[in-house]
Amino acid sequence: MTTLDVNTDGHLHQNIIYFARALRRAGMRIGTAQVRDAVRAVAAVGFSRKSDFYITLRATFVTRAEDLPIFAQTFQIFWRDPEFIQTMMQALMPMLESMEAPPKPQSAERRAQEALIADMGRTQAPPRMREEVEVDSKFSFSDLEKLGSQDFEQMSAQELTAAENAVRSFRLPVQKITARRQRPSPRGTLDPRATFRAARRHGGEVLALPKRAPQEKAPRLVLLIDISGSMSSYSRMMLLFAHALKSARRRGFSEIHVFTFGTRLTNITRKLEARDPDRALTDVGQLVQDWDGGTAIGENLDRFVKDWSRRVLGSDSMVVLVSDGLERGDTTRLSQAAQRLQLSCRQFIWMNPLLRYDKFEPTAGGIAALLPHVDRFIAAHNLNSFKDLAECLSGKQQQAA
Amino acid sequence: MRLAFAGPSAHYIPMTDLNSIEDVSALLTSQAYVADRGLATVAFLALTLGRPIFLEGEPGVGKTELAKVLASGLGRKLLRLQCYEGLDTASSVYEWNFAAQMLAMKRNEATDIYDERFLLKRPLLQAMEPQDGGAPVLLIDEIDRTDAAFEAFLLEALSDFQVTVPELGPIKAPEPPIVLITSNRTREVHDALKRRCLYHWVDFPGFDRELAILRARIPGVADALSREVVAFVQRLRGEDLFKAPGLAETLDWAKCLLALDVVALSPEVIADTIGAVLKYQDDIAKLQGSEALRVLEAAQADIIAAV
Repeated sequence: MTTLDVNTDGHLHQNIIYFARALRRAGMRIGTAQVRDAVRAVAAVGFSRKSDFYITLRATFVTRAEDLPIFAQTFQIFWRDPEFIQTMMQALMPMLESMEAPPKPQSAERRAQEALIADMGRTQAPPRMREEVEVDSKFSFSDLEKLGSQDFEQMSAQELTAAENAVRSFRLPVQKITARRQRPSPRGTLDPRATFRAARRHGGEVLALPKRAPQEKAPRLVLLIDISGSMSSYSRMMLLFAHALKSARRRGFSEIHVFTFGTRLTNITRKLEARDPDRALTDVGQLVQDWDGGTAIGENLDRFVKDWSRRVLGSDSMVVLVSDGLERGDTTRLSQAAQRLQLSCRQFIWMNPLLRYDKFEPTAGGIAALLPHVDRFIAAHNLNSFKDLAECLSGKQQQAA
Repeated sequence: MRLAFAGPSAHYIPMTDLNSIEDVSALLTSQAYVADRGLATVAFLALTLGRPIFLEGEPGVGKTELAKVLASGLGRKLLRLQCYEGLDTASSVYEWNFAAQMLAMKRNEATDIYDERFLLKRPLLQAMEPQDGGAPVLLIDEIDRTDAAFEAFLLEALSDFQVTVPELGPIKAPEPPIVLITSNRTREVHDALKRRCLYHWVDFPGFDRELAILRARIPGVADALSREVVAFVQRLRGEDLFKAPGLAETLDWAKCLLALDVVALSPEVIADTIGAVLKYQDDIAKLQGSEALRVLEAAQADIIAAV
């Protein structure tokens, strides 16, 4: 196999299969049926131009727009010089692996691990922690009660573990939305089709009047979590909460999308799909590059509005923004983005850990800019605030902002 | 290659004549649709392999239009299924005509109450039936507006080209229809559906192609003005807008300017007609005053640089 002989179908097929493997390694999801389609498609188009070959493979292998750059890059590397395809295959694997990983995997990983996995009560001495491990799972109800009002920032490692367990088992009663699709229901409008079917069984005599009513539908939830330095004590808890919501079997939401932002916006929805919370958070840590750094709330909300809002938001979406709202500099962008966000969702809830201070006054620039555009404004510093959130989402709490 | 259809009209191009990407390109061009090589390749593959095309892209880049020109170019019937939230079988596949059934039963005239004449056929079922001139073009428009349940249903319909009416049994297409699915990407469509299709991301056209499209679609616009319009819209797409204008907006705007007998763009003309291009108040507000002039001057500089 020294040249890419287009007439020798066997070689070309093999190379397409290798190419599909390379794409998989680069992170794309490709099924065997797609590989078969690619081979058939290439045979149909013929081999007059390299650009046609590129488009043919792209049409069969790519299924989402995000993958287009990965495909382009892999194609370039793979088919650059067919004469070296054999040697390329060997050289390719490490190359693709390095493409797949972030540029400085170790430092990013470590940073993420530190931010996510390291215990949050750093003031606690490690030996004490070990002594108390056995008590962890045995928190009584009254302990949890006490825990409810305690600030996450001031919890010991052991209390945090208990709080995390509580967060993991959280269930939100979510208010359903009436959809257009209909289902049989005793209360509802006449269902002519079912009526007719029933009548037919009795020689055309209408004996029963089956009815149908619009189905109830679960809303969608979007969580926007601030992971900047000032939020570090709360962001892990929020991520755990997000994971718990996502993995709950009856989660009450039809879709849950989770984004983090510090200096840049990251969609971590797919990473949270891992069943094990620690595994999921480690994956998130590897994806997110801006832990514990600065924050640009306005810019990131704006990015969300422009890149994602039309894809993840709709009239049935709830948006929960978890942030302290401490924006530096100009806040007009923040204000505009927040306004746009409120217009494109059903409910815009802001959870702010700063609300724990009794004398909190919304005077800081960012907070004053955000506040007019949120539907609900609740605290985010203890377990009770999750209860507040639950009440917001179930439609019980009518005024909070 | 799939079956050719019987008795094509003179100006239609029979499918057997489409043996290369160039042929498909020529077919699209003959219908005043300026496609790039990538789209022509995907269309060729779809016709040859009998696969659905999945077109994704910003609104107004000509996704729906492709189905229309394929149908008219090949002389096929176009069946359009506009998706919306809550779309159900009754409006997408079939519905029984209960009133007629009831009357027939009362009169004791129909032995089979579930006869085809009581069936109200909707686009998906129609697409599975033989049509004059060959298998129809089925356009499933804006699939991102429906819910996941409908996607799952389509998965079955599009992999076997078969739909089932419980009372009649499965109805299978003798010749698979030419299927186009479009999505504006307001949400992600499930991978399983996309994998069965040929995926194509339709991007905003570059200056030359957009100009070619404008000339092909609205021949009446003066050359200088059409250059200005295209350059201005191209510039706008680079601006920080909530919704960048699509190709459809360019064409609409050119039509407006033509109706107003405008010969050249000026900040005043732009202020009066910008509603044809930008559809959000925030975006329009951004382009007020000196901003329009700045973008216009940049666009004019682009034209000079291009010549």
